[in-house]
Amino acid sequence: MEDISLHILDIAENALRAEARRIEIIVTREAGEDLLTVEVADDGKGMDAGTLSRIRDPFFTTKGKKTGLGIPFLAQAAEQAGGELSVLSAPGKGTRVTARFRLSHIDRPALGDLAGTVLTLIAGHPEVDILYEERDGEAVSRLDTVEIKRELEGVPISDPAVLQALRATLASEFILRTRDKS
Amino acid sequence: MAKLTIADLKKIKDEYRANQTLREGAFTVKVTVHMGTCGIAAGARGIMDTVMADLAASGRKDVVITTSGCAGLCSKEPMMTVERSGDSPVRYVALTPDKTHRIFAEHVMGGTAVKDFALVAGHETTY
Repeated sequence: MEDISLHILDIAENALRAEARRIEIIVTREAGEDLLTVEVADDGKGMDAGTLSRIRDPFFTTKGKKTGLGIPFLAQAAEQAGGELSVLSAPGKGTRVTARFRLSHIDRPALGDLAGTVLTLIAGHPEVDILYEERDGEAVSRLDTVEIKRELEGVPISDPAVLQALRATLASEFILRTRDKS
Repeated sequence: MAKLTIADLKKIKDEYRANQTLREGAFTVKVTVHMGTCGIAAGARGIMDTVMADLAASGRKDVVITTSGCAGLCSKEPMMTVERSGDSPVRYVALTPDKTHRIFAEHVMGGTAVKDFALVAGHETTY
């Protein structure tokens, strides 16, 4: 995976396969702590302890194929940047994936096109609610499709005109990427 | 909350309703971009971007875009499947934005599958 935004998309796709109705993505930059934290939380079907114990094994998957590389890739990316991955999950309670990176670590992947990931999720799965939040010190930017859908009064959130407006909003109001390495 | 202004949303709502009489209400084409770990690593999000941009430019309202997981052909990613109502689904492999533009123009819009990039059109069972 080239950057963090692609890891987020990959983990969110896991949430979709787990039948999530709402996915919350929160990216927190703490310059003072030299920490970058990425959380992806869903309300999907969750995993039992046996499944959870095996998710870091690249040859374990629940999807009828031979490999399951998404979580191992993200764990590797976090660990090589002085961080760690934690996954909390229980059947019926959803899953919360948290990846921590040392912000200044030379091997930390760039954030990448976070807006592109959020738009891909909204366009491909308009029926699922997405919260996207960026935090940097006191500054918080937040986009919640529940609120947008309410304002849209029945116009589909996946309508191209809506997606274009969302793209413009993500570009102007969400600025973590502009503070990141390229 | 991000500033998506009320004026923006009102304009979008008005335009949507003005065009609503032209709609048939049902989707006639479904485009599925394969978004497994393999697809994402190979560039599937860029393919999704291309499809979204082409759809916006086309003005078509009867095309639905979605994503799916790994289809077990990781070495042929990025892939997408185009399904027109009444026709067999066609799976396209090893996509680039240029190939995707052509598929959107010829298959999604024009109704003719692009055989050059197709993995398989339909299937048959033999015993």
